[in-house]
Amino acid sequence: MYNLPNILISTVFVFFCAFPVFAAGGKTLIPPTDFEAYDTPSDNGKGVSLRWPASPSESIDTEYVVFVSRNIDAPFVTEALRINSQTMYEDNSDFKYHYAEIDPENILRKSSAQNNQIRKKEKYYFKLAITSGSSIVETGKLASALPKSDWFDWKKLNNFVLMISFVALVLFFINHARKSPNLFIRKISGLDAIDEALGRATEMGKPALFVHGLNGMGSISTIAAVNILGKIAFRIAEYDTTLKVANIDPIVMSVSQEVVKESYMEAGRPDAYVEDNIFLAASEQFPYVAAVSGIMVREKPATNFFMGYFYAESLILAETGANTGAIQIAATDSYTQLPFFITTCDYTLIGEELYAASAYLSREPLLLGSLRAQDIGKGILIVALVVGTILTTLGVGFVSYLFMAG
Amino acid sequence: MNFLKRTIPLIIAFVMGVTMALQYYVPHEVSQSLLKVVSRWGITIGGFAVFLGAYSLFHLHLTKIKRKLPGWGYSTFVFLGAGITIVFGLYNGGEFFWQDKQEGTMFEWIYFNVQVPAGATMFSILAFFMASAAYRTFRARTNEATILLIAAIIVMLGRVPIGTMISQYLPIAADWIMSVPNMAAKRGILIGVSIGAIATSLKIIFGIERAYLGGGD
Repeated sequence: MYNLPNILISTVFVFFCAFPVFAAGGKTLIPPTDFEAYDTPSDNGKGVSLRWPASPSESIDTEYVVFVSRNIDAPFVTEALRINSQTMYEDNSDFKYHYAEIDPENILRKSSAQNNQIRKKEKYYFKLAITSGSSIVETGKLASALPKSDWFDWKKLNNFVLMISFVALVLFFINHARKSPNLFIRKISGLDAIDEALGRATEMGKPALFVHGLNGMGSISTIAAVNILGKIAFRIAEYDTTLKVANIDPIVMSVSQEVVKESYMEAGRPDAYVEDNIFLAASEQFPYVAAVSGIMVREKPATNFFMGYFYAESLILAETGANTGAIQIAATDSYTQLPFFITTCDYTLIGEELYAASAYLSREPLLLGSLRAQDIGKGILIVALVVGTILTTLGVGFVSYLFMAG
Repeated sequence: MNFLKRTIPLIIAFVMGVTMALQYYVPHEVSQSLLKVVSRWGITIGGFAVFLGAYSLFHLHLTKIKRKLPGWGYSTFVFLGAGITIVFGLYNGGEFFWQDKQEGTMFEWIYFNVQVPAGATMFSILAFFMASAAYRTFRARTNEATILLIAAIIVMLGRVPIGTMISQYLPIAADWIMSVPNMAAKRGILIGVSIGAIATSLKIIFGIERAYLGGGD
């Protein structure tokens, strides 16, 4: 009357239904007691955040698997996440919670045959399981989430407030400079030496060489270098000396040609402008170094200007220039290359002095006003650093949260 | 003319500057799409600019050859090198340039056996320049140069096994120099650079700094 295999199967089935715990190699698998899914805050509407408490069964050979489905009734076969159970803990949760962010649409699209089908926003359902070897135990709770796009990244709120404050500070001092134009600006000997360096080139009848680093026009340091180039070109035109500008980027070359041409016109010497003197030397780092070093050795410019962002080529260029006996003025915000320029050049503008050069040379009140704002901004940051250090030492850590990157 | 050369670029700089600054704070997919489009514009403009660069390079060297300027012989190598590379690049291992890039072609051979070693050679020269620059700096003519010399000796010895053999404290001292005074100076420069970069960006966005457009006003 009783079929033994059927009794065994029924017993095993009842056991698993009654106790969501599985013995694997002498170890029991206890699934997490909770599981939640929600729209990832401050994202582009694609992310879903998953969070669950740590299971007591966590070990080096157990894993968590999250399955995803578009339909609550459909089988959960697509794996959205598989992690070792002892990884991906939530920050500041003291290893008590796991946290993961996933892109369910991307995962489902990859696993589906209809790869390129664009679907409207829909709810996703998730199931969490803990597994070890061939054993798998699912949590009883099903989680769901509908991802939404956000119009503001709240993690960057502190950054936004700081940005607005600094913008206000700069605009205030620019406006202030309009009313009282005689702002004090400290002496920058590297910029004062430009006239001396150009005078030397004129006396020697040798050209001046301008190099504006390796970065393209999208880099602020290149824009600052081009601004300085305009001022130097104006003086060069007045002195009737030759200016050579060796470029690595075609866009920077085009802008430099335009800037130098305008400066020559402004100085009343459009006839002295030679387009071929602002040229593309090479389009890669070391061919560029070879080309510029060759120019230095063959033409022996009396003055070399290195202004912009530099990489490994800085020392080769500056040392070659020093060997040819040229006066060298460098300005860079690349702190890794600063020691090389300080060693080999006669004058070096450090970091932000590169950005201040345009204002310093032109003495325009509006530009000088922004320099004052920079100094005030630095003063505020120094105060924040000192106060923050003292407070953090005393165990009050909120200042570091104010400046935390989002 | 002034409207086209000054006003329009300043308006574009203002609108795009403000938009892209705000874009950083907006995670919405519309904002992400805008970033993608603008980045593509940059790449496209860069692609066209290559022709300007090539024209400048060839025109310069052609003029040198025509006028027999000093060192004009070197200029022939520009045409020789560029010509051979372009021919093999277009030939693309017999599949021509409109097909996918082929593996193991002569173009690849030129790149890996001429350009890469030539670049590496230039890079290797750096070691010799570093030695001569170090010699000039470490002559200890001033107090600052003396401090630099002492710090450099400690760091250099602390980074090699012989330093540990001299004293077990040398690596500790080297690490301290790198992680405390060096790091403090580096961060100081970085803070100044960042504030300067933001201020310069604002000057460009608001049209206060316009020297990059050419001319001084």
